[in-house]
Amino acid sequence: MRAIGAARVGLLACHACDLLHRSIADTDASMCRRCGARLHPRKPDSVARTSALLISAYVLYIPANVLPVMETGSLFGAQTDTIMSGVVFLFVTGSWPLAALIFFASIVVPLSKLSALTVLTVSVHRRATWAPGWRARLFRIVAFIGRWSMVDIFVAAILAALVQFQTLATIRAGPGAIAFGAVVVLTMFAAETFDPRLIWDPIEERRG
Amino acid sequence: MADETPVPDLSDLPEAVANTKKRSSLQLVWIVPIVAALIGAWLAVQAFIERGPTVTIKFKTAEGLEAGKTKIKYKEVDIGLVTEVVLGEDRKTIVATAELRKQAESFLVEDTRFWVVRPRIAGGQVSGLGTLLSGSYVGIDLGKATQSRRRFKGLETAPIVTGDRPGRQVVLRADELGSLEIGSPVYFRRLQVGEVIGFKLARDGTGVSFRIFVRAPYDRFVTAGSRFWNASGVDVALDAAGFRVQTQSLTSILLGGIAFQTPPDVQPGPPSEPNTEFTLFANQGEAFEHPDTVAETYLLLFDESVRGLSVGAAVDFRGLVIGEVSAIGLDIDPAKMEIRSPVEIRIYPDRLRARLLSLVSPARDPIEGIRRYIDRGLRGQLRSGNLLTGQRYVALDFFPNAPKITLDTTHAPLRIPTVPGAFEELQTMLGNIVSQLERVPFERIGDDVHRVLVRLDPVLQAVDKLVKDLGTGIAPELHATLGQARQTLATAEHGLLAADAPVQTDLRETLREVRRATEALRNLSDFLERHPESLIRGKQDGRP
Repeated sequence: MRAIGAARVGLLACHACDLLHRSIADTDASMCRRCGARLHPRKPDSVARTSALLISAYVLYIPANVLPVMETGSLFGAQTDTIMSGVVFLFVTGSWPLAALIFFASIVVPLSKLSALTVLTVSVHRRATWAPGWRARLFRIVAFIGRWSMVDIFVAAILAALVQFQTLATIRAGPGAIAFGAVVVLTMFAAETFDPRLIWDPIEERRG
Repeated sequence: MADETPVPDLSDLPEAVANTKKRSSLQLVWIVPIVAALIGAWLAVQAFIERGPTVTIKFKTAEGLEAGKTKIKYKEVDIGLVTEVVLGEDRKTIVATAELRKQAESFLVEDTRFWVVRPRIAGGQVSGLGTLLSGSYVGIDLGKATQSRRRFKGLETAPIVTGDRPGRQVVLRADELGSLEIGSPVYFRRLQVGEVIGFKLARDGTGVSFRIFVRAPYDRFVTAGSRFWNASGVDVALDAAGFRVQTQSLTSILLGGIAFQTPPDVQPGPPSEPNTEFTLFANQGEAFEHPDTVAETYLLLFDESVRGLSVGAAVDFRGLVIGEVSAIGLDIDPAKMEIRSPVEIRIYPDRLRARLLSLVSPARDPIEGIRRYIDRGLRGQLRSGNLLTGQRYVALDFFPNAPKITLDTTHAPLRIPTVPGAFEELQTMLGNIVSQLERVPFERIGDDVHRVLVRLDPVLQAVDKLVKDLGTGIAPELHATLGQARQTLATAEHGLLAADAPVQTDLRETLREVRRATEALRNLSDFLERHPESLIRGKQDGRP
């Protein structure tokens, strides 16, 4: 069986109404004959966009971890926590399952998401041909995990909304939370702009 | 319907329509990383700019200090965080490293002080209670020096007065600490206006110097004329004026305190400079007694007992206290071998002058002045102020009748002559009478009288016998003689009454004889009366 992509045989499907077209010379400047949607065989500037978003995510990842995500004020004094200090605090105080959960959701997942997307983008950019199936699966996982790495932000947001007892105790989201949220959103967008079909293109090309 | 969808002929498919609107070649997506980078860079720059100075503070103990938790607060505002707490190299202190905010840079000067705020109950006040719940923090008091510093030695307790409190510090000198301690209140007219902020022993150990803080606006009442006294506890005084109890407030009874005020007869003057030195008197009376002017010292030599006189006893001039006794001693006059009690007194002439309605200066030269007074009879005298307690005081007064004494100006201090006290005078007079009485030889007189009486006894017995003899011997004889005479007279009545009759003549003779006899008898009885012993001893020669 011969595996061949649509683009390879000069075909284009409309993303909006699924009408098949024959591609014209300038594929990036074509429209659906039926519904008028933009037609493109691959997501336009996928690599560039993904890398831009990834770079943004990387930049914001630093303040997300350095700046406090939660500011707790209570009778016993004010306290600011970064993600890591929260994890350490939970671990030290004995609630290690919770610590593990937060650590996994807030540190492992975003980091692995970032690195996975980096691997994918770089490999696509360099038209690598290795393990396309594994990379495709990696992309699916990244796309699936998406919003679930926001656990920390959810916790902070819920606590900030719930714990408002004025002098007794208040919890506010810190600037780190915004940065962290931005990181998560940016990685989600990056996953969105990444076109997994690009994984297969160099393989098809190589086969001729 | 066929099961398989027929494969369409690809050439039948419609061609895509060319989009006339050209996509912009500029990729807007790159704005996102640029914005992110800008945000990141801004945060980084801000963090770098806001990165404040790092200081190290030495403390004796790390109690309450926790790295990464303990904050440094100025006026309850976080200005830093303790990042590290380690043992000092000498193992006696701990060294806390703290990062401060950028704005705190200017706080770190030579005399800035750090201390750990812990719950504290001292000096009648409770502080740092909030730290019971929130944990300790490091307090900071900003210095006023200009020289920057990064290494500090922390205080063990919070300073009572911090640099931002307006007011003035005053130094007090006292003989002893009394019941004062750091935090003891300072009163002005029983209003608490400050605290004791420190004390230390004088270097030579002769006294204690206090540092007190008087809050604004009360600090302007601290003037050159102000007097400070120890208002601690209850001041119970027993002196010539009687029994007195004085106290400031309940707090000062428990905690001690210092009070100050300007005596009513002293000019207040302008507010004193900070860190002016004052004397801390033992009580209000003493404080008010001491005008600032130089006291004049005189010496009084008393020959009498100075029992009941104490140092500090009043020197009184007609009821006004013008000075006090400063020393009492015992001295021997080598020339006369007399033991006297020299009493040194201090007189504050200003006090007298303040009371004088017309301000007259009797003499420019004080020696000349005192000489004139002494010429007019100024003398010192010990008087009893309180008969109940026996307290005595020195009175100066004019005794015009006192013997003239010329002032000996060679002595320093000048000596004011003394007169014995009124009670003493009475005692001396009584003593004189008694000693004169003692000189009378009552015993010898008694012996003599006794001897005379013993000797008189037999004499009297003899007289008694003589008188009896007179009754039994002489009187009947006389009676018979008289009877005879009467008989004879009767015979003569009968015929012998003629004047020239022999009987008559005989009778005349006889009568003459009788008269002579009675004369002799009278003489005898007279003699016997005067010399009864002659009955026994016979008539002595040369006696009638």
